[in-house]
Amino acid sequence: MADIEIRNVYKIFGHDAKKALAMAKDGLDKAEILARTGSSVGLNDVSLKIGAGRIFVIMGLSGSGKSTLVRHINRLIEPTRGEVLFDGSNILDLDPKALRAFRMRRVSMVFQSFALMPHRTVLQNVVYGQRVRGTSKCDARVIGMKWIETVGLSGYDAKFPHQLSGGMKQRVGLARALAADTDVILMDEAFSALDPLIRGDMQDQLLQLQQNLSKTIVFITHDLDEALRIGSEIAILKDGQVVQVGSPGDILDNPANDYVARFVQRRHGRPEYHG
Amino acid sequence: MFPDSLNFSIRGPVNEFIQALVTNYGWVFKAISGVMLKAVLFIEWILRGLPWWLVILAFMALAWQSSKRWSLTIAVGALFLAVGVLGLWDLTMQTLALMLMATIVSVVIGVPIGILVAKSRVVRNVTLPVLDVMQTMPSFVYLIPALMLFGLGKVPAILATIIYAVPPLIRLTDLGIRQVDGEVVEAATAFGGSPAQILFGVELPLATPTIMAGLNQTIMMALSMVVVASMIGARGLGEQVLNGIQTLDVGKGLEAGIGIVILAIVLDRITQGFGKPRTEDARNG
Repeated sequence: MADIEIRNVYKIFGHDAKKALAMAKDGLDKAEILARTGSSVGLNDVSLKIGAGRIFVIMGLSGSGKSTLVRHINRLIEPTRGEVLFDGSNILDLDPKALRAFRMRRVSMVFQSFALMPHRTVLQNVVYGQRVRGTSKCDARVIGMKWIETVGLSGYDAKFPHQLSGGMKQRVGLARALAADTDVILMDEAFSALDPLIRGDMQDQLLQLQQNLSKTIVFITHDLDEALRIGSEIAILKDGQVVQVGSPGDILDNPANDYVARFVQRRHGRPEYHG
Repeated sequence: MFPDSLNFSIRGPVNEFIQALVTNYGWVFKAISGVMLKAVLFIEWILRGLPWWLVILAFMALAWQSSKRWSLTIAVGALFLAVGVLGLWDLTMQTLALMLMATIVSVVIGVPIGILVAKSRVVRNVTLPVLDVMQTMPSFVYLIPALMLFGLGKVPAILATIIYAVPPLIRLTDLGIRQVDGEVVEAATAFGGSPAQILFGVELPLATPTIMAGLNQTIMMALSMVVVASMIGARGLGEQVLNGIQTLDVGKGLEAGIGIVILAIVLDRITQGFGKPRTEDARNG
């Protein structure tokens, strides 16, 4: 099982990180810091506890820092300041080799625009994580075929990504993450590029998989409906800061501020199209 | 007039430097020269030693392998046959050996440098201006020192060819690697791929079409150097062209010129075929 804890993480993009960091700590807002130092604040004092075996949704509009935040969990992005604890140990202390082992065995990822390798077949894409860690071709094939079947792509294992539709590509992305056999799966706007019907199917499938496998899933989205539908806990991000963390019920019933309330209202004004 | 008092000539020091290089380190250059000469003679020995029809068949097989098209395969066979009929077979094989050697060395030097250029900003800032110089400096300027250091013949010709022909390969290797979709590289990193696994498993395969375009350019530029190379004693089609011009034998020059063009067409089409992305095959087949 894997508990993830993010402690006081700051991320500054730009040359003058020190000055910008000090300003952020003094409570200046993002626009002002950008105007004064030319540095952009990606994350501003973010602390989150993500419990094992659940779907944790991080929601925010574009530019809110949600994709930046999720990349801190597998250190694709290094924080400027702060700690990322994984089962109590700080992953920022890992040396390159240990970091690679951590990425191979503990945490996998699904990307918004799929990020499949165009020169590899579906099967070769799915088993990438296994092959990288040294699993033999034979064993990897068995694992790969199992997950390809699970996501409903039987018979497509020898196709190349460009021969698949968007929804199918993301199923491959999902199978690739599942085949890596990690406790944690990070999903960065994984369903945002899909059309609504397919997105609904994928959400159902994810919930189903989660019930069977009880993985820890960190799911990034800009869509409140999606967040409410699949999340057991939701964190709402604005300008790199956490605005509210709570269960879907909490968010709907007790919005922490106007920003969240506006999201919720917009949702009420819209006819429900699923679940 | 620019004042004479501000004149400063680098002529003397450069000449002294080259002189010193020749007297003190001549043996180093001789050793390099010896190795390269052996290698190119070996390639030449194979090409000229094989029966002509076997060479033609080998190139037809290559053409088929690269394009999967009968039209190109047959055209390659016919073009090589034409070379033989024109009585240029031996000269063409000599030129081909020179080209192959220059191309092999260019790949060995160019691809790794291209990778470094793509990966490191410092290497990039240093290398790109050097490439500009290599491409614009008139070739005779470095042909003469190459002659002094390596003696007459094939080796300085190969080196001069490499200096002229390797820049596009470096540039396009760099471009190819930088063009690889950042998210795909990020995905490979996220699944724990090591830098070597990512380079050889993701970046280089995806950059291959662009690198092959660079190789194609390198070969074409190398071919355009054969006449110049023949001036310092490289045998082959270039020498024949030079000979034809010097004796006002237009026909002889044209024949050899046609030989060079045929070689260019064949090598161009074959390398272009290899440059097409692999997945394209899957789409068509």
